[in-house]
Formats: sequence, C-alpha cells, structure tokens
Amino acid sequence: MDGFAHQLIAGIATGGIYASVALALVMIYQATHHVNFAQGEMATLSTFIALTMIQAGLPYWVAFFATLVVSFVIGALVERILMRPVQNAPVLTHVGVFIGMLLIISNATGWIFGHTTKAFPTPFQSDGLLFGGLVSAHELGSTAVTLAVLILVYLFFAHTSLGLAMRAAAYNPRSARLVGIRVGWMLALGWGLAAAIGSVAGMMVAPAVFLDPNMMLGILLYAFAGALLGGIDNPSGAVIGGFMVGVLENLAGAYVVGTELKLTVALVIIIGVLVVRPSGLFGRVVFSRV
Amino acid sequence: MGMTRMLLEVKKLRGGYGPIQVLHGLDFVVQEGSVTALLGANGAGKTTTLRAVCGMIRVEGDVVLQGRRITGMATEDIARLGVAHVPDGRGTFMELTVEENFRLGAYTRRDAEVQADFERMWEWFPRLRQRWKQQAGTLSGGEQQMLAIARALLMRPKLLLLDEPSFGLAPLIVQEIFGIMRRIREESGVGILLVEQNANLALELADRAYLIETGHIVTSGPAAEIRQDEAIRRAYLGY
Repeated sequence: MDGFAHQLIAGIATGGIYASVALALVMIYQATHHVNFAQGEMATLSTFIALTMIQAGLPYWVAFFATLVVSFVIGALVERILMRPVQNAPVLTHVGVFIGMLLIISNATGWIFGHTTKAFPTPFQSDGLLFGGLVSAHELGSTAVTLAVLILVYLFFAHTSLGLAMRAAAYNPRSARLVGIRVGWMLALGWGLAAAIGSVAGMMVAPAVFLDPNMMLGILLYAFAGALLGGIDNPSGAVIGGFMVGVLENLAGAYVVGTELKLTVALVIIIGVLVVRPSGLFGRVVFSRV
Repeated sequence: MGMTRMLLEVKKLRGGYGPIQVLHGLDFVVQEGSVTALLGANGAGKTTTLRAVCGMIRVEGDVVLQGRRITGMATEDIARLGVAHVPDGRGTFMELTVEENFRLGAYTRRDAEVQADFERMWEWFPRLRQRWKQQAGTLSGGEQQMLAIARALLMRPKLLLLDEPSFGLAPLIVQEIFGIMRRIREESGVGILLVEQNANLALELADRAYLIETGHIVTSGPAAEIRQDEAIRRAYLGY
C-alpha cells in the first residue's frame, strides 16, 4: 500500500512537470494553432543557463529567477525573429521551422555546454524521505513550485488586463486590433511566458533525471500526451491532462508494463485520444456546417 | 452659418484585396458629431470603405482624422487615435464574457471614468447588464450587436464605424438598436460613419448620405434631401 501511495505521489510530482510543459504548448497553440516541438529543447537550454549561473557561484534562487527572465527574453526573441516572418505561411513551413529549431537548439546546447550528463542541484535538500518514506523533499518542493507557477499563470490570465488582452489576441486577432491591442507584441509575450514556464519545468525535473541536451525529449512527449488528453485548446484541461499522464505513467510503469515500456504509455495515450476523442477530455468540440 | 469641424476627410481613396481593386477613388467627409451614411447595393464597396478607413486593408489616397493623415497606419494605432469599428460579423469576443468584452473595449484607456462609462452602457443597453457574466457567444444576435456597439463606444472614440448594424436581425430588434443609436448620437457627440443596406432606416438617422456604386460615389447630399428625391430612391435605393 505504501508502495502504491509512493508511486501515486511521485506521479503527481512528474505530472506537475508535464502539466507545466503542456501549458506552455497550449499557450502557443491557442495563439498560433501550431504545436511548438522545440518547447522542450528551449527548456533544456534554459536549464543549462541556470546550471552555468549556479556553477558561477550565484545562490540557487537568484539563478532560478534570472533564468526565468533570460528564458522569457529568448522566447520573445524567437517569436520576433523566427516566427514573425512565417506567421502567414502554411502549416508545413511552421513544422519545418519547429523541427529546425529543435535540432539547432539541441545541438547548440550540446556544443556549448557539452554532451555529458550533468547533475543539477535541488534547493529542497533533505536526508531520506519525508512523511514515513512516502515522498522526497525534492518531489514535494518541485510539486509546490510547479503548482505555484500554474496558479500564478491562471491568476495572470484571469484577473489582469494584460492577460485578458493576450487571450483576446489569441481568440480573435482581428477584433483585438480593433480595440487597440498590439497583437504582435501579445504573441511575443506569449512565447516569452511559455519559455519561462518551460524553464521552470526544466529546472525542477533536472535534479531527478539529470541534465543532458536531450533531457526534455521524452518529457515533451508526455506533456504533449497530457495536452491532447485534456484538450489542446484548453489551458486548464491541459494542466489536468499533464497530471493525469504523470500518474498514469508512474502506475503503469510500476505495476503494468515495467519501466522500459513507460514511454510507450505516452504514445498509446496520444493515439488513443486522437482516435477516440480528438478534442480531448475538456476540449471544445467544433462543429461546422457544410 | 456656424462652422462645423471636419472629423474625417477621405480623398481619392483606392484599395481592394490583392489584385482586385474595389474602391476607385472615393471622396467623402464626416463632420464632428454627425452621422454620415454610406448607401449602396451589395458589392458596391461599403464594407471595404470602412476597412480602408481603419487600416484593415492597404489603400492609396488620403484618410485624414482631425487633420492627421492616418493612411497606411496599423489598425491598432488607428484604434488608439479614436476610431472604433464595429465590423460585419460584429467582432465581439465570442469566447469571453460580456464583462470581459466591456473591459477589452476600455483596454487602451487610463482615465478614471471607465466605470462611469460601464454604467452609461448599462443604461443604454440594459440587456447587457442582465447578461454580464455570460459568454458573448451565447447571446442572441441582437444582444451581440448591442455588445459590439457598447464595446466600441467604451473606447471613447471620436469616430464610430458601423457596418450594417441591422444585418440578420428581426425588425423589432433593428428598431430597438436604431432607437438606442439616436440616443447615443444625442448624448455622446461621437461622429458616426454608418454603412447600411436598409437605406430608409439609415436616412432617418443620418445627417448626410453618400451613394456608392461599384467603388465610385455617384451622388451625395443631406440625408433629408436624398430621402425626398424620388429619382435617386428608385434608381439606387430600390424603395
């Protein structure tokens, strides 16, 4: 029973990571109707930047918040420089740009920071497990951090006028311009926020899985599964989907398929959702008259 | 005779969509605080003219707002200068609530009178207050049109562009909306450029009217005169 409880809690902890990345994917999807395949690689790059700052002697939390800012700027620049010129281009152009970005960022990260696997520190140190062996300090701390991020993002979009303007620009860019919203900047802001959220996921997962240039590859897949499961056009749905995938993956890995086939679970979820319920559990079903 | 100031001056306006030219050199003006109607058949270029004024399509010629040339400026910048457009299809944010649509209307404003303007809109459009927390997409057609007009007025515009406010609505609702527009015109002092297929209705509200045919202005004059002119009515307005 304790084993099961531990798997469940560990699943929630990794689910928080998937939920963050899923939210980043959905934010960009809502604004552009494209899935940013390079979201994971951008997060890995952010995590390396954080590690460099920590190794240079900065306190963990200083490096953490500096990384948020740097990641935000990188995300906004990617939108301004790379996505801006192709914003009206066909889908395949976007897919090409995203895959190109994935390869370039991944390889540049390896080239700059090295391809060897590195340990990444956690700010939540403790000896042994807490609560009678149920959960590690890092699992608890990282879940708290990802939850805090998700709540902050929610409050930002629901209760600030900038958040409202970003939603308006994503839903209906033409009308947004008519009320004076600078839609181009809202997109850049969205990319910046998505990159910052992704960087939190990277920094929180790195102590558990160790840092290398391909660290986020599998995580992006799980996050994508979570986003699809919850509904790719629904931010809160994607967050719930991310947590569900985390728990499912851990339980399936422990009791059903074993750790080697864990990634397959993500693929099964993706295909299952696409076949059975393409708009996800909480997604909007769009009807069109013909 | 008192001088009325010019709100919008449009000269030699040309434009269209890609290679297709729709507007072939239009000249018209809107005086401050007055209602100007653009009338004409389907495909005459009325909607395109409104899009040209607010920067949604590329144009040549001059669009001058209170002495300032706004031709070629971005839509959001023109909006910030005081041009509020209620486009065809209304341009409300369907996924958002009535309240959020109101807040977006006032998005660029930093003054302290936003709440007072909300209350003024509730007075003009009491139905919107009843629907305050409802998603705009669930409103009836008439309520959505009211929301679109309220959203535009919340920008405190100098110039309001209205594209077929009667479109697709039941006659009673149309009467209600035009009644409210008469009030808006008297109480707010905003200049209105109105595009309307229902010429009779538009001429009742307007001070001045222009008739457009295939991207040209064929005649213009005070609305009251055009209403009386049988030849024009038969030839261009069909009633």
